[in-house]
Amino acid sequence: MSEHYYNAKDLSKFGNVADFQKDMADKFFSYYGEVFKDSELTAREKSLIALAVSHAVQCPYCIDAYSSDAFEKGWSEAQMMEAVHVACAIRGGASLVHGVQMMNKVKEIAM
Amino acid sequence: MKSLKAGNNILAAAHEQIAIIEHGESGDFALVPFQEKLEQSNIFPLKPTSINILQVNIGKMCNQVCKHCHVDAGPDRKEIMNRETMQQCIDVLKQNEQFTTIDITGGAPEMNPHFKWFVSELSKLGRHIIVRCNLTIILANKKYFDLPQFYKKHHVEVVSSLPFYTQDRTDRQRGNGVFENSIKALLMLNEAGYGIEGTGLVLNLVYNPAGAFLPTAQSVLEKEYKDALMKRHGIAFNNLFAITNLPISRFLDYLLNSGNYENYMEKLVNAYNPVAAENVMCRNTISVGWDGYLYDCDFNQMLELKVNCSNKHISNYNDSELINREIIIGQHCYGCTAGAGSSCGGAVA
Repeated sequence: MSEHYYNAKDLSKFGNVADFQKDMADKFFSYYGEVFKDSELTAREKSLIALAVSHAVQCPYCIDAYSSDAFEKGWSEAQMMEAVHVACAIRGGASLVHGVQMMNKVKEIAM
Repeated sequence: MKSLKAGNNILAAAHEQIAIIEHGESGDFALVPFQEKLEQSNIFPLKPTSINILQVNIGKMCNQVCKHCHVDAGPDRKEIMNRETMQQCIDVLKQNEQFTTIDITGGAPEMNPHFKWFVSELSKLGRHIIVRCNLTIILANKKYFDLPQFYKKHHVEVVSSLPFYTQDRTDRQRGNGVFENSIKALLMLNEAGYGIEGTGLVLNLVYNPAGAFLPTAQSVLEKEYKDALMKRHGIAFNNLFAITNLPISRFLDYLLNSGNYENYMEKLVNAYNPVAAENVMCRNTISVGWDGYLYDCDFNQMLELKVNCSNKHISNYNDSELINREIIIGQHCYGCTAGAGSSCGGAVA
């Protein structure tokens, strides 16, 4: 096993996943490329969404990739940080809203 | 901020830059040689397709000291073209009708005391004239306030750098206050008719990344610039050219100091585009230095790589020799072939 789980240089080897399963990798990368093209949303808008999602899923490869990509596409530092806050708010909210479930359960069993 | 030359920086020497560009700071940084890429694209040796643009750098003097400047220009640079060399350029243009465009650059070319004379003489030849104006020069001194009218009189195409449509990114690259003055200058150019539909007066802007990254799609950026500048400042312009920063001079210094050099070079190499390589600007341009020497492009000029011909000076310009020459290449050339490519006119692919 590696001595550490994440290596920044591994990002450039992403395409190598095809070495073990080519058909699925080809389909994934084709789909991935299609998703990020200009369409109903612009590639620029999608980049900011990807940045936020990268933080939500806490993928260091994605954070590196989409921090560069979003900045290159002209989003400002403040806009990018607001996108991270959106991810944070949703993640925090997702925990907190389960508090209602906790309340429901407690009310169900409490006298 | 001083130029690298005034600060006695080692990178002020072209041979030191070339050593780093070819082998990295450590001396053992190896990337695929640019020549190998051209060989794979079947365009090595790289040769001109035609020669129809004369790009003349009339001096390194500038009122700004931009962090990314490949010329290492600034107020402390005194190397400027004299009138005799300008006259030699005019003579070459007269004798060689294939030159359709003369592209004047610097530094801030307007700071050369012979600038107005040069443009006035050139306009008599009926060729297309481009001036690369940094915008702030128009407001730098009263004697420059009439530049928009002067450009208009001689029907000059104005090409101006505006690294971004926001103040923070522009000022970070070009210095405090540059964005505000650039906006004022653009309004003056619009007032003269530049960038306004129907006037025929062309105002093009240049975007270049404020950092160690490549430009995004030129057409997308152009739309954003047009929307943002019109909405926020009421400014109109014609086209946006997205230009990649080449690892030369002050941008090289920035890359090394920020620890971005190797990653940036890898980005350029990975983004090599054979279509862009086919269309690089050195294939139809001759670049003239402030002292009259000839180069394949403004970048080779700054690396002091003179044309690969026996006649290397504008005073003995030899068109047949130049059209048959081999263009000098190096690892820095990856900057012009990355992604959609890059030239003084923006993307090429």
